[in-house]
Amino acid sequence: MGSNTTETHPVLGYRMKMAKKKGASLIVADPRKIELADHADVFLQLRPGTNEALINGIINVIIEERLSDDQFIAERTEGYEEMAAAVKKYTPEYVEGITGVAAGDIRKAARLYAGAESAGIYYTMGITQHTNGTNTVMAIANLAMVTGNMGKPSSGINPLRGQNNVQGACDMGGLPVVFTGYQRVDNEAALSKFEKAWGVKLNSRPGLTVTEIMDGILNGEIKALYVMGENPALSDANIHHVMEALEKVEFLVVQDIFLTETAAKADVVLPAAAFAEKVGTFSNTERRVQMVRKAVNAPGEAKADWLILQELANKLGMEWHYEGPDHIFQEIAQLTPAYAGISYQRLEQEGGLQWPCPSADHPGTLYLHEGQFSRGKGLFTPVEYLPPAEETDQEYPLVLTTGRNLYHYHTGSMTRQSKPLNAFKPEEFAQISREDADRLGIKNGDLVKVSSRRGEVEVKADVTEVVPTGVIFMTFHYHEVPVNVLTNNQVDPIAKIPELKVCAVKLEKVG
Amino acid sequence: MVSLTINGQSVEVEPEATILQAAEKLGIFIPTFCYDPELTLVGACRMCVVEVEKARALMASCCTPVMDGMVVHTESERVIAARKENLNLLIANHPLDCLTCEKTGACRLQDYCYQYGISESDYHGDKKDYELDDTNPFFIRNMNKCILCGLCVRTCHEINGAGAVEFMNRGFDSKVTAAFDDPLENSSCVFCGMCVDACPVGALTPKHGIGKGRPWELKRVKTVCPYCGTGCGLELYVKGNTVVGAKGDVTSPASRGQTCVKGRFGFDFLQSPERLKSPLIRKNGELVESSWDEALDLIAKKFKEVKGTELAGLASARVTNEENYLFQKLLRSLGSNNVDHCARL
Amino acid sequence: MYEKHILICAGTGCISSGALDVEEALIEELKKHNLQDKVRIIMSGCHGFCEKGPLFIVYPEDIFYCEVTAEDMPELVEEYLVKGNIVERLLYKDPTTDKRVISHEEIPFYSKQMRLVLRNCGVIDPENIDEYIIRGGYSGMKKALEMEPIEVVNAVKSSGLRGRGGAGFPTGMKWEFAYRSQNDKKYMVCNADEGDPGAFMDRSVLEGDPHAVLEGLVIGGRAIGSDEAYIYVRAEYPLAIKRLRTAIAQAEEYGLLGKNIFNSGIDFKINIKEGAGAFVCGEETALLASIEGERGLPRPRPPFPAVKGLWGKPTCINNVETLANVPLILRKGADWYSSIGTEGSKGTKIFALTGKINNTGLCEVPMGISLREIVYDIGGGIRNGKKYKAVQIGGPSGGCIPEELLDLPIDFDSLTAKGAMMGSGGMVVMDEETCMVDLARYFLSFTQNESCGKCTPCREGTKRMLEILLRITQGKGEPEDIPRLEKLAVSVKDSSLCGLGQTAPNPVLTTLRYFRDEYEAHIFDRRCPAGQCKDLLTYYIDAELCIGCRACIKACPAEAITGEKKEPHVIDEAKCISCGACFDKCKKDAVKTK
Repeated sequence: MGSNTTETHPVLGYRMKMAKKKGASLIVADPRKIELADHADVFLQLRPGTNEALINGIINVIIEERLSDDQFIAERTEGYEEMAAAVKKYTPEYVEGITGVAAGDIRKAARLYAGAESAGIYYTMGITQHTNGTNTVMAIANLAMVTGNMGKPSSGINPLRGQNNVQGACDMGGLPVVFTGYQRVDNEAALSKFEKAWGVKLNSRPGLTVTEIMDGILNGEIKALYVMGENPALSDANIHHVMEALEKVEFLVVQDIFLTETAAKADVVLPAAAFAEKVGTFSNTERRVQMVRKAVNAPGEAKADWLILQELANKLGMEWHYEGPDHIFQEIAQLTPAYAGISYQRLEQEGGLQWPCPSADHPGTLYLHEGQFSRGKGLFTPVEYLPPAEETDQEYPLVLTTGRNLYHYHTGSMTRQSKPLNAFKPEEFAQISREDADRLGIKNGDLVKVSSRRGEVEVKADVTEVVPTGVIFMTFHYHEVPVNVLTNNQVDPIAKIPELKVCAVKLEKVG
Repeated sequence: MVSLTINGQSVEVEPEATILQAAEKLGIFIPTFCYDPELTLVGACRMCVVEVEKARALMASCCTPVMDGMVVHTESERVIAARKENLNLLIANHPLDCLTCEKTGACRLQDYCYQYGISESDYHGDKKDYELDDTNPFFIRNMNKCILCGLCVRTCHEINGAGAVEFMNRGFDSKVTAAFDDPLENSSCVFCGMCVDACPVGALTPKHGIGKGRPWELKRVKTVCPYCGTGCGLELYVKGNTVVGAKGDVTSPASRGQTCVKGRFGFDFLQSPERLKSPLIRKNGELVESSWDEALDLIAKKFKEVKGTELAGLASARVTNEENYLFQKLLRSLGSNNVDHCARL
Repeated sequence: MYEKHILICAGTGCISSGALDVEEALIEELKKHNLQDKVRIIMSGCHGFCEKGPLFIVYPEDIFYCEVTAEDMPELVEEYLVKGNIVERLLYKDPTTDKRVISHEEIPFYSKQMRLVLRNCGVIDPENIDEYIIRGGYSGMKKALEMEPIEVVNAVKSSGLRGRGGAGFPTGMKWEFAYRSQNDKKYMVCNADEGDPGAFMDRSVLEGDPHAVLEGLVIGGRAIGSDEAYIYVRAEYPLAIKRLRTAIAQAEEYGLLGKNIFNSGIDFKINIKEGAGAFVCGEETALLASIEGERGLPRPRPPFPAVKGLWGKPTCINNVETLANVPLILRKGADWYSSIGTEGSKGTKIFALTGKINNTGLCEVPMGISLREIVYDIGGGIRNGKKYKAVQIGGPSGGCIPEELLDLPIDFDSLTAKGAMMGSGGMVVMDEETCMVDLARYFLSFTQNESCGKCTPCREGTKRMLEILLRITQGKGEPEDIPRLEKLAVSVKDSSLCGLGQTAPNPVLTTLRYFRDEYEAHIFDRRCPAGQCKDLLTYYIDAELCIGCRACIKACPAEAITGEKKEPHVIDEAKCISCGACFDKCKKDAVKTK
């Protein structure tokens, strides 16, 4: 749900279609009639921003029809009663009113999911990029636990990571609260372990998230920003706000392979090596650590990021003497229990290892939570439906939701530089429903203006059956049409993820 | 376990094994065109035929299960005659433009003709004469070179699920086409390129590599795709300092050789003239080239000027684990936990 | 109470000769004479003697009128039905004695036959289940349902019945394989995708005695443990499909199909699947693919359908004629059945006689009968007193049998030994004017057209064989072409995927075996001994007959003919392109070929 898998994770999309052909059932929940919907046994076309209501509705049916895995609930979880009480009011009929999904389809989906021997839930940003995203993930966990679909093969909840090493960046402590392997900076033992290993005094106060950093710049808290291989000027919600921050920050360093929209604002730009120009590891969405190998030299004076970082560290008076990525990885393995058993030697021999891999003789872990959850018992969390932060009104009557297409990737910094990809999909089209298009006299290919409370963009129209009436879909691949000038930077209070998937817009035909 | 004899050597294999697999176990090579262990076995190309004692006709080893006590000959006179005839027939209906064909050196038709000493066909008759389908930016379809092994069709249906290509017509007029024999871009094709990688001959040619190097000149480097989080294995083809091709790495545990359009065809950004080639420093409002020392000295100076907590950094979902590790180590060592990246986006 | 029954053959052959017009005219005439309540008209299935259709038989006297037309009806009704005078001119005339014959039993075409499978064809109304039951129908099934499955399998095994669809695989063994495959679902399939050019015995059985096939399927289902069958019948057989549908509906109504047959607790359902007429869909794995809704392409065997067939379930596929034999075996016993025929081939076989023979049509004969008896006794010899040259047996997959083998007792094994095959039982008779190279070319063009294109040897190999044969018949053959053809034919036979490819070279191989001299004449002497290959003919003008009208000179596109008006003209062989225009134009038959 909330994953256009065949376009965002094509290879996983193939596997889903293959599994379907082999007899698996497929339930697809998405506001758009995406390709997978054509293969689905049940397609739940819900209104954007109503995920948690839908999930609660499914759990409601499972409980009402006694389809739950009571043994699993009794032995492996806690908090069931509270959760069950919370979903009581989410009857399929009630949920139909919120989501627009027919009650019968909700029942059908619940029976299919609960009736399967094992069932996996796959989601992406369609679930998380909401102000209530964290709660929705909790609701998904409730659903998986209530049916015992955890800790066994081909089940569980599987957030599909959107970028090649987003998993690794998190694993490596690219987050304000944790060191590598999710060891909290405010945990004394962890702090002292890292202080000792690195030979420095460390700060135990959790840092700021990306959205908070931008706010911090604007309120003077943050003076210098170092951006390595990111392009917030196109990817973040409410770009105008981000651009303001990038303009304001006293000193901005950007390290990238292209002069991105963010790099263009920098005081210093450092040329980096691309994936094929260096050695290292990536961790994929299955927590599988895999070798990245060097095929060619970086152009000009561009250097691998690790080399740049080491040289800068030494200029800052640190004594770093890494001989290569292998050497760095050894340090990671020493400090990170989940990675402890992984080494370059093993990766070369075994092709890839899934963490947790605590020791050199551990085969890696295919799936998590077998026998026991990491916190002991699985905790049910009651979740209530909350409407999106910004709802439609008379002035902004349509919902804009964003995502990707098959042929481009993220802010397009790589794919827009690829001749065949860019030749095939050179420009953005906003998907508009036939009804909305007819009402506004818009034809396929017409130039339209989409505006929100935060900004406006002009874009060509793709009049299609994919989006329902009242919904517009755009991607964030094209700098010519920076959709994120429109999106809402209101964040989820826990995960601080902005509500990129829902904002209110209006649509006008241009000229 | 089942035991059988191949070319006089006995071998034990699982009961569901095929003759081809049993031969592989003995290190006996059997040529194939239409065989792929990931796909339905069709036994269509008949290149892998072998002689099984007591069987009336030759058997396709790729799809014939072993039987206890089976006696197989993979290189008997009868087998060789059939294979030679097969090649003879195929090249009678195949352009022999190997001098310029991109597949030269990696073409199984060429390899087997070499192996069996077939330099020209005994038959001179009708040949296929189809127009090229070359209007998409990714690859050219030249159905005149197609030997109708069907690997592309099965890959498209069974692995990708797009089902964009299928056989059209019958007999000698058989042809692999997209719906209505239209160019691929009008079909359900998603240009994953897996058909291109599956093609044993030069019927499907990636455009980017044309004229850029022969297979034997290319270095192959296994790595991981730089796009989404699936982590598909890629094999990059490198000539000199240029990546001239890519294909799915069949040994990758994550993807088993599968790719999408971005991984398969979207690597040429590496050679983009827009790549950053030297450090830049903003001087008088303009970014101008500088030396590494100048750039790093400036950064070090500025970073020292601010308090640790006034410093923030965005790590990257695109760079390696090692680099992300060093990035947060650097920032935290400077007293800042303001480290995040776009996992939330 | 009817006084007379009139059987009008309503097989596809007789219908195309006007049987339905005859019926209409007969009804009209009966009304005129107020006989409609005394004479019952039965539109029967095929009698086999299609050459003489429409056939019109009057019972109880058993008077066999043939080649009747609607125009004959007033006379026939008036003379015979009213006055009782036999209409001599509509009786069958024995070509050897010129005598008119009254009963069909006296006609050699019938008297040499042994009609077991065709016992009901032309005798009963195929759209009336009662007529089938009265003649013992469904009693074999009843027996089978009372037997243990393995006993049914064993009965068919010991009867020695072999598949009538082509290769002659023992039916009982096929059933046993399917019987031994463990699965919750199994299928029986009737292959009614009759595709050999000239063969139409399956159509005749389906049209004339559809219940026999249904009964065979239920018995097969009992034997292998299947409760569902498909009949795959080509859409070009609309009458057969209609009669099958009627038969299924009637059998269901009688409780002979459907749930709990005969209170045995056994269910059986029969579906009809119409095929689109691809020859390859007669191949059993391609047929299954087609039923599944896939492109009709053969699949490699093993796994055999008996293990993994329709939708992956164990499936037993039998042809129409095979299944129609089964009820008799159950009813009369395996011993009775195996007493008919030869050592290795039991029972009878239906052949479709066509070509240069006097009596074309269907005949059913005991295995082991000689080719000579079929051609000369049943078939009435070669048309127009010409000389016998060969018979192509088994359609495009079969081979030719030359004159020296006329006394060959025909069964599965003897034919295979001689390079031909039983196939479905098509017999094309050829006389001295048939060019054997051209014959091979004809069959190759058929197999090439019908090749599915899946496997290389058949797709590419039949094309090249055809090109070589075409070249030879056009006088462009090269000396290497004969060894080239032989090498290619052997390879296609040896390495093709399915039975069609493996047998496609048979016409080439047998003509090369028995008529190599004809190939050589075409290639080395640029001559067609049969005088059929247009490009190899030499045209000349018989000066005696030529009246010098200049018509041929004007017709000749190559300006090869010269001559003054009213003087005999001459063809310049060097310029002649053998187009035949002069031959067609000449009113005096003065243009001759050599």
